[in-house]
Amino acid sequence: MGDKPLSIWEQAQLQGYSRREFLRFAGWLAAMAGIEVSGLGQVVKAMDTKSRLPVVWFHFQECTCCSESFIRSSHPIVSDIVLDKISLDYTETLQAAAGHQAEEALHNTMKKYKGEYLMLVEGSVPMENDGVYCCIGGRTALDIVKEAAEGAKAIVAWGSCASNGCIQASKPNPTGATPIHKIISGKPIINVPGCPPIAEVMAGTIVHLLAFDRIPQLDGLGRPKAFYSRRVHDTCYRRPNYDAGLFVDSFDDENAKRGYCLYKMGCRGPVTYNSCGVIRWNNGVSYPIQSGHGCIGCSEANFWDNGPFYQHLASFPGFGIETTADTVGVALGVGTAVGIAAHAVSTNIRKRKLINEGIAGSEQPTEKKGGA
Amino acid sequence: MAKRIVVDPITRIEGHLRIEAEVRDGKIVDAYSSGTMVRGFEIILKGRDPRDAWAFAERACGVCTTVHALASVRTVEDALQITVPPNAELIRNLMFCAQYMQDHVVHFYHLHALDWVDVVSALKADPKKTSDIAQSISSWPKSSPKYFADVQKRLTAFVNSGQLGIFANGYWGHAAYKLPAEVNLLGTAHYLEALEWQKEVVKVHTIFGGKNPHPNYLVGGAACAINPDDANAINAERLAYVGTLLDDAREFIEKVYIPDLLAVASFYKDWGAVGGGLSNYLAYGDLPTNGYGDPSKFKFPRGAILNRDLSKVLEVDGKNAEQIEEYINHSWYEYSDGDTKGKHPWVGETKLKYSGPKPPYDFLNVEQKYSWLKTPRWKGNAMEVGPLARLLVAYASGNAEVKELVNGTLKKLDVPVAALFSTLGRTAARGLETVLVSNWSKEFYSQLLANIKNGDTRVFNGAKWDPETWPKEAKGVGLTEAPRGALAHWIVIKDKKIDNYQLVVPSTWNASPRDGKGQMSAYEAALIGTPVKNPDQPLELLRTIHSFDPCIACAVHLYDERGDYVHHINTY
Repeated sequence: MGDKPLSIWEQAQLQGYSRREFLRFAGWLAAMAGIEVSGLGQVVKAMDTKSRLPVVWFHFQECTCCSESFIRSSHPIVSDIVLDKISLDYTETLQAAAGHQAEEALHNTMKKYKGEYLMLVEGSVPMENDGVYCCIGGRTALDIVKEAAEGAKAIVAWGSCASNGCIQASKPNPTGATPIHKIISGKPIINVPGCPPIAEVMAGTIVHLLAFDRIPQLDGLGRPKAFYSRRVHDTCYRRPNYDAGLFVDSFDDENAKRGYCLYKMGCRGPVTYNSCGVIRWNNGVSYPIQSGHGCIGCSEANFWDNGPFYQHLASFPGFGIETTADTVGVALGVGTAVGIAAHAVSTNIRKRKLINEGIAGSEQPTEKKGGA
Repeated sequence: MAKRIVVDPITRIEGHLRIEAEVRDGKIVDAYSSGTMVRGFEIILKGRDPRDAWAFAERACGVCTTVHALASVRTVEDALQITVPPNAELIRNLMFCAQYMQDHVVHFYHLHALDWVDVVSALKADPKKTSDIAQSISSWPKSSPKYFADVQKRLTAFVNSGQLGIFANGYWGHAAYKLPAEVNLLGTAHYLEALEWQKEVVKVHTIFGGKNPHPNYLVGGAACAINPDDANAINAERLAYVGTLLDDAREFIEKVYIPDLLAVASFYKDWGAVGGGLSNYLAYGDLPTNGYGDPSKFKFPRGAILNRDLSKVLEVDGKNAEQIEEYINHSWYEYSDGDTKGKHPWVGETKLKYSGPKPPYDFLNVEQKYSWLKTPRWKGNAMEVGPLARLLVAYASGNAEVKELVNGTLKKLDVPVAALFSTLGRTAARGLETVLVSNWSKEFYSQLLANIKNGDTRVFNGAKWDPETWPKEAKGVGLTEAPRGALAHWIVIKDKKIDNYQLVVPSTWNASPRDGKGQMSAYEAALIGTPVKNPDQPLELLRTIHSFDPCIACAVHLYDERGDYVHHINTY
């Protein structure tokens, strides 16, 4: 082992990449992280001089869907991230060592890179009964998370478990499952919710930290604005159906076969902030609504308790597509006061009128009006 | 001298598993398996809408994603007597097959391979010789000397960087590694290729279920409407996409996974006599070809085998209260009528009651309760579940396709039938069934196309969608085969809500603690006799445990026969 870790550009050279290819990758990174062309020089410089960022990845109360999602990343692909971009020094899912040797690897990184390593957490931490509901190496998750956070440069809370507690924190939360931001203070924490988060959102968050050496802009809930500032509803390709009052009334009905809006089937798109409508899933193949099932709101806190999933939102206010999560607030859910009609009226009355005029006379056998 | 070793965390698995084992004369003579994390799903599911249960249950596992959703929708459909349309059954089968292909390949390369492949040794390989080996076992195109030289160069740069990442502190150079450097290089190259490949086949889930991990399911069928004449439904483009994904997956399985599996196995034939463990096998069966209601037409048959007697396949009934029961003699729970009687899941109870040592602890009290897993039994017997159990039940049921494949492989490896009952047998069975599943997936795909061609586009039966159509009380069970083995959910519905919901998952069968009679479950039994040359480097223990593809996180520590701690592992 050499003493001085190689920079990313030096490693790229060793792998036989040309400068041109390297610059193309840096350009991709910049695009991925939403950087303007003028910022590209900064990305290249960062990658020329940085050694791989030491990273430790913890698993507590979780199902490993976040890790599985991460390895689905298509740009960059995960072997490039793990071998070339970061040094993933502890991850129970992939690392070769187990038991003592695994813990030693963790300990080495925490000591050698104190204050420099990135801490990734998958899973919530149980607080009831002195934390006995999740133990690793005979120690509680709470004990472990506190110690590791101490020397971390920043923390990424992967998925809904670490960001808001997810399923185990839903009623009656038998183990006292608690998200990371309620346990750790005094460290930058990035929440990347979703069950799981989209692979490229996870990779994009890492890329941002790596390329710019700073935390991405976060909203009031600690989520990167780049990925969580738009409602699924506002980025949904089926939105025109909503605006036109064209709804699926039953799974597999004629309207379902035409891809109408799933609002009446309980779709949570109108109250869910995520990138599903933009980035989509598994390299852009589809997303839940495109495949005929409503959004269940998996990136929103308490989504498990805002059910049943197939009961449509009684109503929600008529905010426009420029409204962000911060201004709307998080209290939205089933049963908020202002009606769907208000939404339609306030934002779409002109558009609907035009559409209705346009389709007048054409065959619309089961068309339903919004708010009817 | 005997030592007790504790491995915690056991890595390259899903979840939190801890193994405490006693080693004497280089072999494991006693073992205890403990699940050290609990979330309380069964408690959380109470009072919910049964139609929502699949989404909750699916979150039991993100590695074998989909399988709990499938078990759940079947459970509710069984309770409400819903039959799903043939297309929905086919779509579920295709999602099932995609899950097996992805999961088994990831297990082999990313969770299990490092137990057999010494990555560091690959640095010394001659890429030309690796190329010769690769071309002699497969027609996979990425096999030139230049290709392997590039992989080696990349690996060398990685090691020279001084940051070993996921390979740090591995057991490199351990005497139990037997592959030549050239085969290690082949394995390492395919580790990286498989990592890139695995993200493709799951797109079958994305097309039908909208995302992966955790695609959407639906009680009554599938949500993805079929309409060959619309852009917003399953149409010819979407179906062609699925067809291409299945073809590409089959090619990788046939040209990379299976040749690698056989090549690696040929150097580790002695592991065909290690880790046999239990002699009882249980499979619920799956992949219906005539509807879920007709198990006799499943591709994977249902049944149980006792005492490795392949001449008899015993009938399995999930509804029979005498057959499947869960015990908590050694589990951190309490039952309302005492902790020593078994309970059928329909009357199952989940009340957490921790009585283990106060953390931080060095050892569990294995004489008392020592795990968050309950202990399931079939007619009182401890049963192994998983790929080996499925293959044996199919073999013993006389399935010609399975018999031919198994016999052919045994002959190729030149090992006796008895070699199946082992660590190696489990790993080989997983590969063989992946071949079967990839073949079957094309049959299901063709049937789906044929149905649509004939004008049947139905994917959903909505007759019982409205809770007003439900009886006041109903009970159901949903059986499936997760990649890791027999999986079932049980539900009791009262007044349109979930009154009781119980999951008995594959790793509960395999990784559970002892029962009241002291009978070990599969992990514990299989570890007996597994060699451990160096207790500080429990590589062989990992081989046997990983052969089950655990779906829980684990742990191992070390102590001597007097119980003195010889190796402190709490180094956080």
